[in-house]
Amino acid sequence: MTTEDDKGGRTATVSRWLPFSCVDGPGNRLVLFLQGCNFRCPGCHNPHTIGLCDHCGDCVPGCPSGALTPIDGSVRWQASLCTHCDRCLDACPRSASPKTHQMSVAEVLALLRRYGPLLTGITVSGGEATTQLPFVVALFAAIKAAPDLTHLSCLLDSNGSLGETGWQRLLPVLDGAMIDLKGWRESVHHSLTGQGRERVLASLQLLARAGKLAELRLLQVPGRSDFLDVGGELDAGLAAFLQTLGPVPIRLNGFRHHGVRGEAMGWQEAAMEELDRLSNALKVKGFGPVSLPPL
Amino acid sequence: MSLTASCQRIVRDPLLSPAQKSHALALAAENALPYPALPAEVAEAMAQGVLCDMFEGHVPYKPRYVLPDYEKFLRQGSPWLELAPPRDFDEALDALRILYHHVPSVTGMPVWLGRLDHLLLPFVGELDDEALHRKLKGFWIYLDRVLPDAFMHVNIGPDDNRICRLILRIDGELKQVAPNLSLFHDPASTPDSLLMQGVQNIALCGKPHIVNYPIHRETFDERGFGIVSCYNALPLGGGANTLVRLSLKGMAEQSADLEEFMTRWLPHYCEQASRLIEARAAFLHEESGFFASFLVEEGLIEEGRFVPMFGIHGMAEAVNLLMDKEGLAGRYGHDEEANQLGHRISARLSAWVTARPQPHAWGGRALLHSQGGLSLDKGVTPGVRIPYGEEPDPASHLLALAPHHGYYHSGISEILTLDPTIRQNPQALLQLCKGAFALGMREFSANVADSDLVRVTGYMIRKSDVARFAAEGSRLQTTCLGAEASELTGIRQRAPRVLGLEASLCDY
Repeated sequence: MTTEDDKGGRTATVSRWLPFSCVDGPGNRLVLFLQGCNFRCPGCHNPHTIGLCDHCGDCVPGCPSGALTPIDGSVRWQASLCTHCDRCLDACPRSASPKTHQMSVAEVLALLRRYGPLLTGITVSGGEATTQLPFVVALFAAIKAAPDLTHLSCLLDSNGSLGETGWQRLLPVLDGAMIDLKGWRESVHHSLTGQGRERVLASLQLLARAGKLAELRLLQVPGRSDFLDVGGELDAGLAAFLQTLGPVPIRLNGFRHHGVRGEAMGWQEAAMEELDRLSNALKVKGFGPVSLPPL
Repeated sequence: MSLTASCQRIVRDPLLSPAQKSHALALAAENALPYPALPAEVAEAMAQGVLCDMFEGHVPYKPRYVLPDYEKFLRQGSPWLELAPPRDFDEALDALRILYHHVPSVTGMPVWLGRLDHLLLPFVGELDDEALHRKLKGFWIYLDRVLPDAFMHVNIGPDDNRICRLILRIDGELKQVAPNLSLFHDPASTPDSLLMQGVQNIALCGKPHIVNYPIHRETFDERGFGIVSCYNALPLGGGANTLVRLSLKGMAEQSADLEEFMTRWLPHYCEQASRLIEARAAFLHEESGFFASFLVEEGLIEEGRFVPMFGIHGMAEAVNLLMDKEGLAGRYGHDEEANQLGHRISARLSAWVTARPQPHAWGGRALLHSQGGLSLDKGVTPGVRIPYGEEPDPASHLLALAPHHGYYHSGISEILTLDPTIRQNPQALLQLCKGAFALGMREFSANVADSDLVRVTGYMIRKSDVARFAAEGSRLQTTCLGAEASELTGIRQRAPRVLGLEASLCDY
């Protein structure tokens, strides 16, 4: 059995963490956003979490508060000087951030203990959390092994790109995963994520079979998404696929400009009426429960 | 302004109703009388603005808050009111409607309406839920329209029962400003489904407060307690004779450093506050004749169950000033060292108050109170709260303030402002509430950021009423306090921030 001691030293590159979130799974959750993503979605709301810093230093001159300094070939970020104006993120050529930090499993456990009574669980998100899979497995295993933390549920928020071997390592300590499906047909999925859909579909089926698909999330982008056919009904292929998953909660996310950079700033935002149409099309076929964005 | 000029202004104010004018005129007359004799140091502390009598009026002829034993009243009726004991649900509601009009308080309206579910359960008889719903809904509308004061407070729970559930349902349906509502929570007798109904109501209308029942029960005695006004815990069958308040900010401003604050000014001003309490309570108990009331004669209240409330406010500013004077950068609410300094100040205040005898006090001592503010306060944060606009996330907010709660026996309240996203996830609110109680908090209150009905300190106002009041006046007495507060503090510029105020009736 894994103990805190032998895995407590494993670390992750963390973009940020929040002790309170009510939008990353049921109840109040501590959320860890891990840095780095293997998808390249043009409509990403957190593009600065995609890349990993290579310490090129391009961000340093633009920092107005002197929070970034080049030291021995790497960029050092001083949180106490930072005003979070985010000019460093704009300057970064690789969609990374100098404002990440390393956190060990032991440090995350200490946070969970500090906020313990106020938490329902933890959600590890990103970036793409499974790009740092050994950390996630070690963290969840340590939580499950600690008698004072076992009441916390361990959820993963993922793009579904993890392969079967990876899932098999994670499943024993995972309570549930929330997976994005950003397009249905291969070409659409590719244009909205930069990757094919095959692994995502396989992950959804694997998780559903294991009873650990906590939520399927569909991203609706006006004029680009293909969940509905020309007649406004649920795409027949998608319907057949959803049938194979069995009953799964579905959350609809509409594309918004918040945080987005580049070409997707020219895309249209999804109106609530459009999400209502998709929601109804899903419900008519018996899928769901379907939830809409809170705002 | 002279008495005549004040009264001229009151009688001509187009925005006040005749009843509101009567109340303001009475207050003006009371304040034309001389104050009870005060030692020079007390008067000086008041003149400095460090010590405040909460504008209760110069001569306290009625207690600040009264908590009658309504259960006894429903059992025995009232010879003085010529009422036989009620025999059914309708008669019980009628009896309460009558008695409420004879319960005085600082606002002129009753601030405590009793543990309504427990009071009414014996009268339910054969009535089904639909009949009870109709009768209680009428009663709820009556309370809001006839006793329109958001300080008026109903208590329900901690056990699950039909009346408790119906009151929550009706309160969520009507979304009225009045009455204020507290749901008692006891892990031993409150099912999660009842707490869930409570927190779903919070998401709808900012009510109820959730009360940590076991911690209050241990503070008081077997006759119990009530949660009244905004937000005070007091002995049932008694109440608060008076409330005075110290500005910790004012004390910190005078202090050269932390040492001087703790050893010189804190004891000095605590003593002045205690002497002000003595002088005000002496008039009420020894000269006013209040305790000859039928409420005493019929055993609904006892003189010995009244207790003074020793209020403080401006903890946040005091801590930040003292941190500055010690050359420390940490800020209250965000820095562990600053938060712990706050906890030490609370401990010191508590040690002082629990050691200082008071002649007119249940238990022989005043009870420490984290005071929610007056509508006239500027640049000073209510009680021990974190300044609005500077609050950390809700979880860190609760962790920073929970250690204060053990010290403030007559009431302390924090108000969390939550994003509207919480409506889709009431489980998160439930978790925060149970977590807060596990951390030792005495009560839990929250606002959702886009609600019309929002909490101003411990009482509710409708944002739309405040806007309308400026033009048309309001039938709700507390709207003008909220209006005053929101003009002074910019409450509406910042979504629904909680303010701290309690208050003098408007600004006369």
